[in-house]
This record gives sequence, structure tokens and C-alpha cells, in this order.
Amino acid sequence: MSETRVIVTGSSKDAQAARAGARRRRWWGEVGWKYILAVGVLFFAAFPLVYVLSASLNPNGSLAASSALFSAFDPANYIALGESRYWVWFGNTLLIGGVTAVGSVLMGACGAYAFSRFRFSGRRASLTTLLVLQMFPQALAFIAIFLMLQTLGDVVPALGINSKIALICVYLGGALGANTFLMYGFFNTIPVEIDESAKIDGATHAQIFWRLIMPLVVPILAVVALLAFLAAFGDFILSKIILTSEDNWTLAVGMYQWVSNQLTSRWGLFAAGVVVAAVPVLALFFSLQKYIVGGLTQGSVKG
Amino acid sequence: MTIQAPPTEAPTPVVKPSRESHARGFRGLGWGFLIKLALMALVNAFGIMTAISAWSAESWIVLGVVVLLVVIADWVYFTRRALPLKYLLPGLVFLLVFQVFIFGYTAYIAFTNYGTGHVGTQEQAVEAALIQGERRIEGSSDYPLSIVERGGELGFAIVDDDGDVQVGSATEPLTDASGAEIGSTGAPSEVPGWTVIPRATVLTDPTLGTTIKDLRVPVSDDPNDGSIRTREGSTGSVYEPTLVWDAEAQTITDTQSGTVYTATELGAFVAEDGTALPTGWSVNVGFANFIKLFTDANLAGTLLSVTAWTFAFAILSVVLSFAVGLGLAIVYNDPRVKGRRFLRALFILPYAFPAFMAALLFRGMFNAEFGVINDLLFFGAQINWLGDPWLTRAAVIFVNVWLSYPYWFLVCTGALQSLPGETLEAAEIDGANKLQRFRSIVLPLLLVSTAPLLIASFAVAFNNFTVIYTFNNGGPAIAGAPYALGSTDILVSAIYDVSGVSGGAADYGLASALSIIAFIVVGLISALSFRQTRKLEEYQ
Repeated sequence: MSETRVIVTGSSKDAQAARAGARRRRWWGEVGWKYILAVGVLFFAAFPLVYVLSASLNPNGSLAASSALFSAFDPANYIALGESRYWVWFGNTLLIGGVTAVGSVLMGACGAYAFSRFRFSGRRASLTTLLVLQMFPQALAFIAIFLMLQTLGDVVPALGINSKIALICVYLGGALGANTFLMYGFFNTIPVEIDESAKIDGATHAQIFWRLIMPLVVPILAVVALLAFLAAFGDFILSKIILTSEDNWTLAVGMYQWVSNQLTSRWGLFAAGVVVAAVPVLALFFSLQKYIVGGLTQGSVKG
Repeated sequence: MTIQAPPTEAPTPVVKPSRESHARGFRGLGWGFLIKLALMALVNAFGIMTAISAWSAESWIVLGVVVLLVVIADWVYFTRRALPLKYLLPGLVFLLVFQVFIFGYTAYIAFTNYGTGHVGTQEQAVEAALIQGERRIEGSSDYPLSIVERGGELGFAIVDDDGDVQVGSATEPLTDASGAEIGSTGAPSEVPGWTVIPRATVLTDPTLGTTIKDLRVPVSDDPNDGSIRTREGSTGSVYEPTLVWDAEAQTITDTQSGTVYTATELGAFVAEDGTALPTGWSVNVGFANFIKLFTDANLAGTLLSVTAWTFAFAILSVVLSFAVGLGLAIVYNDPRVKGRRFLRALFILPYAFPAFMAALLFRGMFNAEFGVINDLLFFGAQINWLGDPWLTRAAVIFVNVWLSYPYWFLVCTGALQSLPGETLEAAEIDGANKLQRFRSIVLPLLLVSTAPLLIASFAVAFNNFTVIYTFNNGGPAIAGAPYALGSTDILVSAIYDVSGVSGGAADYGLASALSIIAFIVVGLISALSFRQTRKLEEYQ
């Protein structure tokens, strides 16, 4: 009795084991390998970031010493940042990016409101013109920008070469073209009836814009602000041409200078600078990720 | 900026449809109006200041534009009409000045020979040539001299042969200074309207010393009359130009050697033996820059390879990163894989990483001798990633793929999730295998929704100066190539090298011509994308 039971259970166990094996093989074939691939992709995606973190903690600020990952933990590089111009550049970048972001949002929102709510002659033509204009990258015309700022600087020094205000103005020149469309679509999703009822209640167009529409479009404002900030943060060519003195540099220009010359490169300092600058950007990006992904598919592309 | 802020009190909705006239319902001007007034006052103040300094700098174009803009702004914000313009104007002004105008200006420069040696007008070129040719006259007299200062501008005060004091600065020729006094050293000690800098200060301040050595005060408005200069700051003497400008004959004659330089149509002063003065002026050269781009034996070949590489870089970057992103999106769009949200967040890490930092980081990692990539992944082999043209090209494409695959991963994941499930199911029931389903259903549907994005990102990669330049400055250099062009230089970075905006000899005209060509390419791509979107709209 007990013997047969054993045999019976044994044979069912065999069958179960065979089935489990087949299932496991199938699982490995269909799902399991994806985890292994994920490890590879993670290595590909994150290795440079891990490496720069390790290099930033290595007090021996040379390339050669930083190959052994996490061989040292020393905040020397971070302390050394304080003695360099890093924080000046950091402040410049925040200032330029911040003002550009606010300006882009205001101009883009005003433009989108006008296109979305008013019907005026030349509206369609202006929209098409904007669409065409925004396809031509401003950075391609950097020579004309450089020469124009030289001329302007003779008249208004604050708008000349080596002025942060001039750089912001150049960035804002692209604001209307780049952001109006993103915002225009969003503004159109807000029912016109809201405006109309407010109008009947006696609200002026300005009141409708600031008190009714703006609170409703906050998500797209956040996206545009972030994209404008990141664009200013990541711009290299215009900031390199326009900002000539070291105290006016942005992070992009300054950190390029740190490592572009192999003989004098300050690798440890650069790595610490990357970590410090990338952390807020990463935090900002991931906290607004939901909105950005929506904005992405509507046509804003990263370089 | 030009906003009408809401009134501070909460807007009490006028529920009763008022049949009263506006005049009776008038409730004062309100904060919004006051803020508008303040902002417009600022705009006007800035405009007037700019106009005045443009006037004194004789920049007539700037003056005209500023006056026009201020008048338009005043009209738009104080008329009851032009409602849309009230909202569009700020953005429109920036767009017109910093985008539309500079595009036009680029086109204009492309037809000139603007660059080193060809700057400004002919008048400026003559003046510069005469100043460069100034020499001290043998045996000319020395004048007792004092350094004077007014509002940060330095000048000279001298005692002339008649014992009168004359004063002037770099921008202001010498004039008689009435009421000036001469001190015990024989040099002017007090000049009305100017502060005399004490001799001791001049001797002890080295930066001041070098400034006054370079300072030249014109004797009169005519550059042929020469200028006063000083070596040590206590005596001045007249330096006269050795070159003489004859405006009627359009020639500059060197009085010492007797060489005659004639103004040419190409904006230079050229002698009969072919030598030219270093200063010239900017003139319209027609299509010469474009012709040079295509026919100059040395330049055309290099530019051809640069253009080919630009296309290769842009196409490979887009195709490879799209393929990686799409592949990952398909693989991880599988509900059986656990922790997908976590994986996705980590997969898109590079996307949140600023491009210039990534390229600079990889620049160090790809270093042949010390880079971590050779050390860890290639077991210490010294592969010269940044010195060999083909390896550098592969590396820079790798960097760009690393930077942009997360974008396609996000986009494709979104697109895959919105694919029609029934169609796929029907295909499965009909017996189509995975590959067939992918090739005939998934990919075509995906391409329809991502094609405009693919074209847009092609245009971005086509002009991706940041990655190319920060990764390896466009190098390694092509042997014998003009303007130090390198084998990973794309069109934009080639324009950067040719233009010389970063220092060295500049050729803005030639570089702008190259910009125009890049603009045309971008325009064609945009037109293509336009047609694509049209087609898509027809689908829907």
C-alpha cells in the first residue's frame, strides 16, 4: 500500500519534474533571457555614470588612476570644486537657463493663447511661417549672431559679445517658434466655453489669460520650462562663441575647457563637476518624466 | 513681460448683464493698467537710451530698428485694437531680431568677403592703414605732455610750440584748452574739464603705462595729419603717416618707398607687384564664396568627404538608435517581465544626461593610453580610439547612440502600446509567426507614427555640433586639409572651423556660404517631413 503510493507519487513527481523542466525551458526561452539582456543593457546605460561617480571620488585626479572602480573614497575633488570657478559657472548656467525658461514659457504661452483664442487675418499664414522657421536651427547661423552682437555691443554693451543678457536674448529668439506649437495644441484642448462664460461675466482678455487659462495649462508650462532650461543647459556652440571671459562661462564652456587639453586636463575635478551638475538634472527629469514623455512624442527632440 | 496683471481684488463677477454704458461702469484704471504703464515706461526708457547711444555710435541701422520697435510697441499696447498682437509682440520681436534677421544676415554675409583683413567700410580701412603706417618724423620737436583723464577716458594735454595747451583723446582730436595752466615741469598741470593724472601715478602703474604707450591722439580730423604719441608719458611728439590717401585716385602712396597701392574691386589695396596692405574692406563678391566651395582644389575634396560623413553620421545615428530603442521596447513590452517600470527608468538614464557632459566623459573613457574602455573592456590593449579616423567615427556614433536610444525606447514603447490589438490577434489566428507579424503589421504601423520624429531627429543629428566638437573637436585632423578640418567634422563644425570665430584668421563670408548650403539641406529635410505629416493627416 504504502509502496504503491510511493511509486505512484514518484512517477507523478517525475512527470511533474519533466513538466516543470519544460516550463522552465520555455520560461527561459521566452522571458528569462530578457532579464539577462536587461543586465547587459543596464551595464551599457549606467556604466559611464557609475564610472564618473567612481572617478569623482578618486583623489588622484588623472585618467590613469581612475580605471579601478571605487578604489578610493575621498571627497577631495568635491572640495576642490569650491576653489575653482565651478560654482560661478554653475550660477551662470542656472541664471541663463532659468531666465530663458521663464521667458520661453511666457512668450510661448502668450503666443499659443493668441493663436488658439483669437481669429485674426494672417493667423494661418503666421502659424505656417512659424512652423517653417522653427525647423531651421538657430545655431547654424552662429556667424551672423556673432557679428550682429559685435555691432550691437558698440551701441548697448549689455547686448554685446560676452554678455549673459545677449545670450539669453539669442535663446529667446527661438522661443516662439519652438514652443508655440507644443502649447498651441494643449491650449486647444481647453474648451472655449470657459472663456466665453468668463467674458459674459465681464472678465477682460487679460484676466481670462492669467486667471483662467494659465492655471489650466500648468503641465505644458512645466514641460516647456524644463525643455527650455535643458536646451540652454546643454547648448555649447552659442555659449562658447558669445561668452568669452571665464567669469561669464556656463558649465558647458567651462567644463569643456577642463578636459579638452589632454596635457592639462583636470579629470577628477571634471568628474566631480559632472556628478554635481547631473544630479539635479536627473532629479528634475525623473520627477517630471510623465509630462516629458508626453511632450516628446509631440515632436520635441533632444540632440 | 508686456502683461496686464489682474486687479488685486478678486474679480467680482458681474452677474447682472449690465445695460449701463461703459462710461458708467468705469471703475478706475486698475493695477493691470498701472503695471502695463510701468513696463511700457521701461521699454520706452530702454529704447530712448539705445537710440541715443546708437546715434552717437553712428549705427544708423540699430537706431532705425530701435525707434521702429518702440513705436510699434507703444501703438500695440495703447490702442484698443490689435488684440492678438498684444500677446504675440514680445515673442515676435525676439523671433524677428534673433532668428529671422540673422538668417537674412547670414545670406548677406555669404555674398561678401567679410573676414580678417576685410572688415568694415573702405573709409575705416583707409584710416586703419594710415594709422598702422605712422612713423615718428626725424628731428620733429617734442612737446611737454601730461596724461589727462575724463570719465574713464584717457587723453593727452600738450604744450605746443606757441606755449598754448592743447588737449584731446583717442576719439577727439586736439583742441585748444583755454584756461589751462602749465606746471613747474613745463607740462600742463591743470586742464579745465579734465583731471591731470600725477606723474608719479603714471610711473608706478604698469597697466596705465602700457595703455598710454598705445594711445594715439589725432592731431586733426584728417588722418593724413598724423597723431601725438608718447613713449614714457612726459613728452609727446607728432607721428605722421608714411602713407598718403588720395580719395579721388583711390590710391594709397607710401611716401618712403614710393609704392602706389590701388583700391581693387575685391576690397584691398594692391601694389603693382601684387603686394597688398593688410587692411581691406568688405565688399560684395557675388557667388565667389560658393564657387570656391565647389571648385577650390584643396577645399572642395575635403568638404565633399565632410558632407558624406555628415550624412553617414546622421543616418547611422538615427537608424542605430531607433533600432536599439525599438528592439528594447519590443523585448520589454512583455507583461511577464517583472520590474519593468524599474528597468525602464534605468534604461532611459542616458536621456537625462546632458549631451556635452556625456561626450566629454566618453572622450576620457575612450583615451587610448589611460581610458577605462581600453583598460577594462579590451584588457589593456592600446586601441587608438581618438587618433584613427574610422575608430573615432565608430566611437562618436556609439556616443550618439548611447545618448539617443532612450528617446526611441520611450517613443516606441508608447507607440507599441497603442497598436490595435485586434489586428495582431487576427494575424496570429491566421497563422502568422512573430517575424511576419513584426514585418507586416508592427513595423509599418510604427513607422507611420514615428516617421516625422525620425526625420526631425535626423535634422538634429545633422547639426549636432555639441557631440562632435566636445567628443574630439572633429579630429583626428585630415592630413593637408585646409582650416585644420578633421575626419569627424560634420558641416556645422566645419563651418565653425572655417569661420574662425574662435580666434585666428576669420573668413566669415566663406563660412556663411557653407551655412547657406547646410540651411538648404535642412530645408529639404523639412520639406520632406512636411509632406510626410500631410500624408499622415490624410490617413487620419
